[in-house]
Amino acid sequence: MTAAVSPRAVSAPRRAASASRRGGILPTIVLLIGAVYCLIPVAWVFVATSKAPSELFSTFTFAPGTGLFGNLADLFAYGNGQFVLWALNSLLYSGVGALLSTLVSAMAGYALAKYEFPGRKLVFYGILAGVLIPGITLAVPQYLLLSQLGLAGNPLSVLIPVIISPFGIYLSRVYAASAVPQETIEAARIDGSSEWRIFRSIALPLLVPGMVTVFLLQFIGIWNNFLLPYIMLSDQSTYPLTVGLFTLLSRGSGSPALYSLAITGAAVSIVPLVALVLFLQRYWKLDLISGGLKG
Amino acid sequence: MTASVQARPRARRTLRPRFAPYLFSAPAVVLYVAFMLVPVGYAIWLSLRAYRLVGGGILGTRQDVFVGLENYVSVLTDPELLASLGRLAVYGLIAVPLTLGLALLFALMLDVPAVRAKRFARTAIFVPYAVPGVVAALLWGFMYLPSTSPFSYLTEAAGWGTIPFLENPTLFGSLANIAIWGGVGFNMIIIYTSLRGIPTELYESARLDGASEVQIALRVKVPLVMPAVVLTLVFSLIGTLQVYGEPATLQPMTRDISQTWAPLMTIYRDAFVTDDLPAAAASSTVLALGTVLISVLVLAIANRRRMEDAK
Repeated sequence: MTAAVSPRAVSAPRRAASASRRGGILPTIVLLIGAVYCLIPVAWVFVATSKAPSELFSTFTFAPGTGLFGNLADLFAYGNGQFVLWALNSLLYSGVGALLSTLVSAMAGYALAKYEFPGRKLVFYGILAGVLIPGITLAVPQYLLLSQLGLAGNPLSVLIPVIISPFGIYLSRVYAASAVPQETIEAARIDGSSEWRIFRSIALPLLVPGMVTVFLLQFIGIWNNFLLPYIMLSDQSTYPLTVGLFTLLSRGSGSPALYSLAITGAAVSIVPLVALVLFLQRYWKLDLISGGLKG
Repeated sequence: MTASVQARPRARRTLRPRFAPYLFSAPAVVLYVAFMLVPVGYAIWLSLRAYRLVGGGILGTRQDVFVGLENYVSVLTDPELLASLGRLAVYGLIAVPLTLGLALLFALMLDVPAVRAKRFARTAIFVPYAVPGVVAALLWGFMYLPSTSPFSYLTEAAGWGTIPFLENPTLFGSLANIAIWGGVGFNMIIIYTSLRGIPTELYESARLDGASEVQIALRVKVPLVMPAVVLTLVFSLIGTLQVYGEPATLQPMTRDISQTWAPLMTIYRDAFVTDDLPAAAASSTVLALGTVLISVLVLAIANRRRMEDAK
C-alpha cells in the first residue's frame, strides 16, 4: 500500500506524489461505505438464518438467534427435500445451458471473426440486434411457441432458449479476432488440416480464456433468471431455486415459519454462487466487455 | 469423372473453407431464428388478432379473427399499462443514474493509487452480482418490513417511528435501491477494467501541467471511459424495462404493489391469468420495440458525441 514506490508516483513531481498519498483517505472511506452497503443485506440474511421462527419478529434484527440447525433441518425437510432438488435443478439448467451456450457462441464467434463469407454481415448485424432484444420480453412468445410444440413445462423449455446468447456470440467474436492469429490458420491449411481440425486443435485452446468469461456470464445469468422458468414450468419438482424461493415467500405471507424457510433458503442459495464468483474472479476477462464497444 | 468417386469419402471428412463458416455458425443461426426471430414474429402475428364471439348468445363460438392494429390501440390507451409505464419511468429515473453514478464513482476511487483496502472493497461491492434479483428483493424486503428492519429499529428507538419503505412514494426508492444494489458492482468492474486500460502517461502529462487529481479524474479519465459507461447505460436501461421479479417478490409484503405495477406484470397477467394472449402479445411488442428504440437512441447519441469530440 505504499504509493511512493509505485512507478507512477516516483516519476511525478514530489508535490503530486504527496498529494496522491494524502488523497487516499477520502476514496478509501467512499469505498468502505459502498462495501458496507453491499454487505448489509447479506450479513442480515446470515444472522436471520440463525433465528428460530419465534425470534424472527421479536428480537433485534441483527441479534443472532438459536434456531440455526432447526432452520436448516426444516429447510432440507421441506416438501420431502424439495430445496435440494431446486438447487440441483438450478445447477443443471445453469451448468448445461451455459456450457452449450459457450460452445455455440465460440463456434459462431470464430466463424464471424476468421472467415470472409457471403452473408457474414447479415449474420453479424442480425445477432448484434439480438443483444438489444430484451430476453425477458421474449419469454411470453417463447412460451406460446413451446406450448404449441408440447414442450412447455418440460425442463427442456428452460434449457434450450438460453443456449442462444447474442452477447456471448458478440464477445466470442471480439475475442477470437485478437486471440487466433490468421497466419496460424493459413499455415495449418497449407499443411492440409481440415477446417474442423483447425478449429478443434488450434483455435479452441486459444479461445479458452474468452470462453471462460462467456461461460461465467451465462452461468450467472441463467442461475439468476426468474421469469423464464416461472413462465415455463408448472411442476414444483422442476423449479430452479429462484422460482422455488419465490413460491415459498408468496405462500408464506404473514406466517413466520415459511418466512424463516425462505430466509434460510436464500442464505443457503447465496453461498455457492458467491463462492464461485469470488473464486473465479481472476479468470474473468472483463476487459473483453469494457473494450468490446470499440471492436 | 472416375476420380470423383474416389475423392468423395475424403471430401466428406474434410471441411472446405467455403462451407466451414456456415457450418460453424449454423447452430447459433438456427437457435437465433427459432428462439428469437420466430417468437418475435409470432408475437407480432398474435398481436394483430383477437378472439371474437361469432353468432352471439349461448350458441356463439369463440373465433380467432384478424383485427389489425386494434390491440395496439387498446393497449396504448389502457390506463393501467400507461400508469405502469409511468411508474417504470419514475423507477428508472432513480435507479439508472444512481447505479451508473455510483459505479463510476467507485471505479474512479479504486483507481486512486493511494487507496487502501482496495481488494476488499472491490470484492464486497461485486458480491451482490451473484445474488439473484428475486433473492435480493427478498433480502431487502426484510430490511424494509417494519418488524424486521434494522433501519426502522433505529428510527423507532430514536422516537421517530418506523420508515414507510414499502408505501408510496418511498416504495419507488426502495425498489430502485434493489436494482442499484444488484447492478453497481458489475458496472463498476466494467468501468474499472476500462480505466486500467488507459496509459498512465496521459495522467503524468496532466499532472505536470498542474492538474489536481480531481481534475484528472473528471477531465481525463471520465471522457476516456465514456464508451464503457454508455455500454453499462444501455444494459441498465434494458434491465429497467424488464423489471419483474423484484416487485413481484415484494408484493406479498405490501398493498402498494398491484398486479399491474410493472408492464411485464400486466403482460404476465394478460397471458396467464385473464388468458388474453393478443393483448399480452401487443404489449410485449410495444415493450420490446420501446427497449430497442431507447437503446439505439442512446447508442446513436453517444456515437455522435464521440464523432464531435474527435473533430
